[in-house]
Amino acid sequence: MIYSISPLAIGLFMAIVVAVLAISVYFARKSSSSTNYFAAGGTIPWQVNGIAFAGDYLSAASFLGICGMIAFSGYDGFLYSIGYLAGWIVALFVIAEPIKRLGKYTFADALDAIFKFPGIRLMAGISTLVVSIFYLIPQMVGAGSLVVPLLGLPHWIGVIGVGSIVIFIVATAGMKSTTYVQFIKGSLLIVFSLILTFAILNKGLSTKPSAEYHQFESLEATISGDLISGLPAGYSATDTHATATGLFVRTEKAGTIRWWKASSDNGPVTLAETLTITTRADGSILYNGAPREEQAFYQVGHLDRIVVDGQDVDSTGRLNPISYLSILNQSRVMLFSEVKFSAGGEQVRLWYQNPVEGSRILRPGMKFKVDEGSSLVSKLNFVSLMLALFLGTAALPHVLIRYYTVPSAKDARKSTILAIIAIGFFYILTLFIGLGAMTSGVIDLTDSNMAAPLLARNFGILLFAIISAIAFATVLGTVSGLIMASAGAVAHDLVDGIFKKHKLTDRQRVIIAKVAAIATGIVAILLGIIFKGVNVSFLVGLAFAIAASANFPAIVMILFWKKTTAHGVVASILVGMLLSVGIIMLSPTMAPYFGVAAGDALIPLDNPGIVSIPVSFLTLIIVSLLTKKKVVANT
Amino acid sequence: MDHGPNITTGKDYAPEYKSRLGLRLFLVYSILYAGFIIINAFIPRLMAFILFAGLNLAVVYGFGLIITAIVLGLIYNHLCTKKEQQMQAAESAGGQKP
Repeated sequence: MIYSISPLAIGLFMAIVVAVLAISVYFARKSSSSTNYFAAGGTIPWQVNGIAFAGDYLSAASFLGICGMIAFSGYDGFLYSIGYLAGWIVALFVIAEPIKRLGKYTFADALDAIFKFPGIRLMAGISTLVVSIFYLIPQMVGAGSLVVPLLGLPHWIGVIGVGSIVIFIVATAGMKSTTYVQFIKGSLLIVFSLILTFAILNKGLSTKPSAEYHQFESLEATISGDLISGLPAGYSATDTHATATGLFVRTEKAGTIRWWKASSDNGPVTLAETLTITTRADGSILYNGAPREEQAFYQVGHLDRIVVDGQDVDSTGRLNPISYLSILNQSRVMLFSEVKFSAGGEQVRLWYQNPVEGSRILRPGMKFKVDEGSSLVSKLNFVSLMLALFLGTAALPHVLIRYYTVPSAKDARKSTILAIIAIGFFYILTLFIGLGAMTSGVIDLTDSNMAAPLLARNFGILLFAIISAIAFATVLGTVSGLIMASAGAVAHDLVDGIFKKHKLTDRQRVIIAKVAAIATGIVAILLGIIFKGVNVSFLVGLAFAIAASANFPAIVMILFWKKTTAHGVVASILVGMLLSVGIIMLSPTMAPYFGVAAGDALIPLDNPGIVSIPVSFLTLIIVSLLTKKKVVANT
Repeated sequence: MDHGPNITTGKDYAPEYKSRLGLRLFLVYSILYAGFIIINAFIPRLMAFILFAGLNLAVVYGFGLIITAIVLGLIYNHLCTKKEQQMQAAESAGGQKP
């Protein structure tokens, strides 16, 4: 919207797509058997698998979502990074090797290796599908969001484009090409994020991020009741609107309408410039009072005040990572806070300048309600999210299947450790990329997901093109992993669960998986189009919560509690899945989709984990104890 | 129903030792992570406390959790590999039992 299309970005994107398709075709010849298709023949070297883990895991939500959230809400965005990484500790220390010892291709195979019980495979397959689809939605929505500004195409074309490429990859070549796509993408993402971080530190902090950065205006005026006087020549005040955050004044100058924030509601005041998107009664939309094509809606984000060793400075020059954070902590950042109101028949979406101390930005509470205005429920909501991130990672189907692509348990362990190093390193960089975007005058207030690519553009069109192309590849890599997991679940678990008597050949199974991959891809495309505009990070959090509630208790208890029975596992998966999805559906975030005010939602929690994970564990324990004589583990 | 075994090469040594070690390290990390969540949720202002070099507790604890995960992972791998090699050596030294 406020950035033009880059031929270089398009060219690089096409190059990445061609490379990905070439890899697929190359490996297609080698993946006719079931083992090859689902588990890459169990032959992937641990080094490649480790980076592929990173490529798989660092989805659009990590790269675009977290960097954007840090750029908009400071430290709270980084809490996602910490939670996402901590989940790998569970994967490494609790799940990786035992499940490798048990399993074959899917999570359901692992369960089935212990219990020969009808229903367990079907239930595990369904839960794999549910989690994968919840995880797919944000990836597809993200794909569409990227395409709009970068290629100048409509959202739905982006979704269909990414969906089609991924269907081609998965349906032709299976796990091996998926692994190599993720390996390449993971490597590129980490290397170029590092380059971006170097560029941020090299530039340092500055009150005027670039020569082209917008100069904010302010007007002097006098307010007395409803009367506004003393405005500079040419300006006339045409309306006012009072909100909880202050008084806003509408002015007109040479036919252009702008809104300003008054420093107080009476007496001599300063009116500070705001940014607005106004929808008029006739449906036309104005950006800062001008039609879209005039590009009057500028990018923002700068330091209001920089303090180095107690002295105010305009810029710092090159900084090291520690001094960057410590100077930011003492300085003041200009953030932009949003209010929405209607005035004079117009719907106004307005962002006003809101100076915030760096020390506030670098501690929790700007996004998550744990400090000002918090309640016990809002605090538990935060705890619930962090719990789901911690326990959900190891139970995500596309993470679980990656344990079967390496030759041995030892390789599963080594590749997990390499993944932790790569992912941990990347997450440390997200803090610098996010804060860099916050203070470099690059933020598009209408789309937090674009913070990282727009920051890259600040350092030259080449870096922008590369980062954008990697962001596309990020979506491709993660979506192929998810569709692969779904296809495996359908071909093995659902088909076997439903047609128990009918033994399928290897070849039939691969054909079913490919058809399933195409079907899942089409479902993902449709959901990606339907859910356009829904918060990407929120949806990812839900996928983690469902995985942690439905799959995690079953996996852990099978590995570590000998009294676990098949009935217990089935009940736990069912209860965990239904309870987590149910709480989500009745949560304040979903309420508006059903025409209910968020405050009137039946359940005050947005994140179900804190309830559904313990209940799922309890269900497993109780049902197992009640049924222990009926079905005994055959190990 | 059975799709044949997943291709596996090499014997898996010392599974019980590795499980026990993994659970212990998991417990250590869980305590650190729980402490972090509790401070964030219930005493968030403590996170503004400057620890050293102008860095506050939020940044130090957050980076600390990421670095600790990497360090614990490397320790785990080192100990597991050592044990696996010991057992492998003991097995080959133990001779060619029928």
